[in-house]
Amino acid sequence: MRQFIRGIAESNHYQATHLLQILRQIQSRYHYIPEAAIEELSGLLNISRTQIISVVEFYSFFHLTPKGQYELLISDSITDHMLGKENLLDYLVKKLGVAIGKVREDGLVSLDNTSCTGMCDQGPAGLINGYALTRLDHPTIDKITELVNQQIPLDEWPCELFQVDDNIYKSGLLLGQQIEQGAALKSAFKRGIKETLAEIDKSGLRGRGGAGFKTATKWQFCSDERESERYVVCNADEGEPGTFKDRVLLNSYADQVFEGMTVCAAIIGAKQGFLYLRGEYLHLYDKLQHILEQRRQSGLLGSNILDAGLDFDIEICLGAGAYICGEESALIESLEGKAGIPRNRPPYPVTQGYLGKPTVVNNVETFLAAAGIAVNGCEWFASIGTEKSKGTKILSISGDCARPGIYEYPFGSTIQAILNDCGAVDVLGVQVGGPSGTFITNQEFDRKLAFEDLATGGSFIVFNANRNILDMVHNFTHFFAHESCGFCTPCRVGTSLLQKQIDKIVEGHGSAGDVVALEELCQLVKNYSHCGLGQTAANPILTTLERYPDLYQSRLKEISYEPGFDLDGALETARRMANRDDAGAHLTQTVASVATLPPSLAVGE
Amino acid sequence: MSKTITIDGKTIPFEEGQTIMDAAMAAGVYIPHLCHQPEFTPHGSCKLCTVKVNGRNCSACTYPAISGQEVLNDTEELINDRKKITQMLFVEGNHFCPSCEKTGNCQLQAVAYHLNMLDNHFPLFYPERDVDASHPDVMIDHNRCIFCTLCVRASHEKDGKDVFAISGRGIHKHLIVNAESGLLKDTDMAATDQAAHICPTGAILIKRTGYQVPIGQRIYDHEQIDQVSLAASGSRPVSALPPSMAVGTENIKNGK
Repeated sequence: MRQFIRGIAESNHYQATHLLQILRQIQSRYHYIPEAAIEELSGLLNISRTQIISVVEFYSFFHLTPKGQYELLISDSITDHMLGKENLLDYLVKKLGVAIGKVREDGLVSLDNTSCTGMCDQGPAGLINGYALTRLDHPTIDKITELVNQQIPLDEWPCELFQVDDNIYKSGLLLGQQIEQGAALKSAFKRGIKETLAEIDKSGLRGRGGAGFKTATKWQFCSDERESERYVVCNADEGEPGTFKDRVLLNSYADQVFEGMTVCAAIIGAKQGFLYLRGEYLHLYDKLQHILEQRRQSGLLGSNILDAGLDFDIEICLGAGAYICGEESALIESLEGKAGIPRNRPPYPVTQGYLGKPTVVNNVETFLAAAGIAVNGCEWFASIGTEKSKGTKILSISGDCARPGIYEYPFGSTIQAILNDCGAVDVLGVQVGGPSGTFITNQEFDRKLAFEDLATGGSFIVFNANRNILDMVHNFTHFFAHESCGFCTPCRVGTSLLQKQIDKIVEGHGSAGDVVALEELCQLVKNYSHCGLGQTAANPILTTLERYPDLYQSRLKEISYEPGFDLDGALETARRMANRDDAGAHLTQTVASVATLPPSLAVGE
Repeated sequence: MSKTITIDGKTIPFEEGQTIMDAAMAAGVYIPHLCHQPEFTPHGSCKLCTVKVNGRNCSACTYPAISGQEVLNDTEELINDRKKITQMLFVEGNHFCPSCEKTGNCQLQAVAYHLNMLDNHFPLFYPERDVDASHPDVMIDHNRCIFCTLCVRASHEKDGKDVFAISGRGIHKHLIVNAESGLLKDTDMAATDQAAHICPTGAILIKRTGYQVPIGQRIYDHEQIDQVSLAASGSRPVSALPPSMAVGTENIKNGK
């Protein structure tokens, strides 16, 4: 092992910033991060062991105890549930003989849930040793079970298990026509660097991650900083459940994305760029490396790009299962080899980003659009869309529709038009922008896709009339509690409290006053959390509570008091200690039994 | 002419580079806080010091003072919400003040009194957490840790040791120590380290000193936390305390 660790450390130049990449390789080889590896790395990278452990325990894909040789994870997105995930999971447990969250006794296979893997258009989905599995059903699970039990190496598994389709159904400005390799850089150099920034400014391009900060302004701020070193970062940590457009852009339009990053580098004066690729998209890694290599060969990356005196290269860094790393300052922390905890702002990344240097962080789609604008000019882009939202938006459509996949729309398109195109009928509502976005009902389908109306990073999940809204809220609320980084009190404790309170109401234990308490808690988490995760974690509850107040009220019991937890379950520890399991050591949780409890036992609110 | 901001309508001067908290403390305005200590790099995680700056919620301990800011601090809404955030800290851990040797010297308890917290409001989590009594002189009761990272910062910034770190994610966050065994006794921790005295709660305690000062004669038995905090920051002196009572550097300063 020592030799293996030394080898990886050496190939990563003993840089602590590469800790995630190093740990990924160790996890991949040993299926956990052994104590000996931590000790060894601590010396080689000159960082404390606690720093390594805190990174291991932060990311979902790293473990301090051994997982199976085949680590199987099943995507827990609401869309996977809508495609019958629960049934599949039960089937998997039976077939593989392993419980959820456990390793099989022979150590061969482990099974667990994981946050949305970005395959909502071809779920139910999963990951095996980090590689994406799509369209899981009983026959594929039979096949997987066989392959696992026969211990067939992963690279000998049939490739159809790993088949990932683009599913592009509607192309517009960006998807319709890719620029020629090098065209954006040539145009930029010909037009002039300053003039190209002005062109992007005039195009009105705003960040495609959802927040919509003006791209040219961000680039201008970064280049205005008095520093010699600057960085360009492409945020491909597409973790918002229901989003998968970046997967498609990086699979089929990566050249143009890299070119957009290179144009940005030319404008701000950066020598180094990073593509932060979410760990769930490991299947794209080799292909992207190949494209980068090919661009170096063509003189589009490396030193003296296109003989114009620009030196710039791009490194791909893989994430390790943490939604929070989609937040730009958390992403930078992660790039530096640390836990993805959002920084205090100010300073903003354009002033102090990667290694404290001015850094531009933009979405994959933003760089794609910037490259298009560099070639085709601002009018090409600005003539489409609304006054405040120029151009088009690429949507990831999933859920109850005939054709889930990728759709590109001019800003200003109505929700109804989008629903018609993807073949959605009998629609109850749409979750626009993922769990952190907004739920809209079928009374609001004349609303428009735009920063000034419905802003979205691209997630668009359709729910038909047979769906239960509270199932969705339950799923999203659990998601945020799972993904909270835990830095600040309102989000760390608040998302867990929201989860408990929603569980209580959904499971029918809510009583009068519980909905009011829920709403009050939502406001607290929203108003006091440190970053966007906490500030939006209550959105699924708030947006549905506003639209369906009766739905929540209908789940409440008609009594004024109901215990907020399982009384009998709470006695479990006491039973274990007293070594008792007789009838007298159990409580039946009914209204009657609560009423007959002696006052001293009437705990709770 | 020095630069100024206003806090609750009162004009407060500040110097370039100061945070809102710095300016407030220097001017004798108390903003509740737990993860902040003036001599350590601000952390901004407990969110008790949230103030409204020109209508927007900001952490006073990390947000820079900028000329002309209108800051709201002592409002009913903020006080009420700070109380709820304090209640969150109580329910996520296991805090039983009457049986805790830190009672009366505990900043979490003192802030709770200051904010008039009378109950837990939220359901208790009852997490299962350990106690590490392995070290001869210092003990860790994880039940009372609020993840303020003051011990982490003190060990790193003052003691030059890196004994502590916060690990895990979300509600599973926990304090870890720098030893293969995971036990404090195997670290280079000493009872004289600043990190051993900085804990605002009873999570890190010096052994055999817990009851040297009887209940009733402890720091916050006499004064509210706002008075103690402002005194420590130089606004007003506090009476000397025995070294064993030195909870947090705010008190070390005055006690030693």
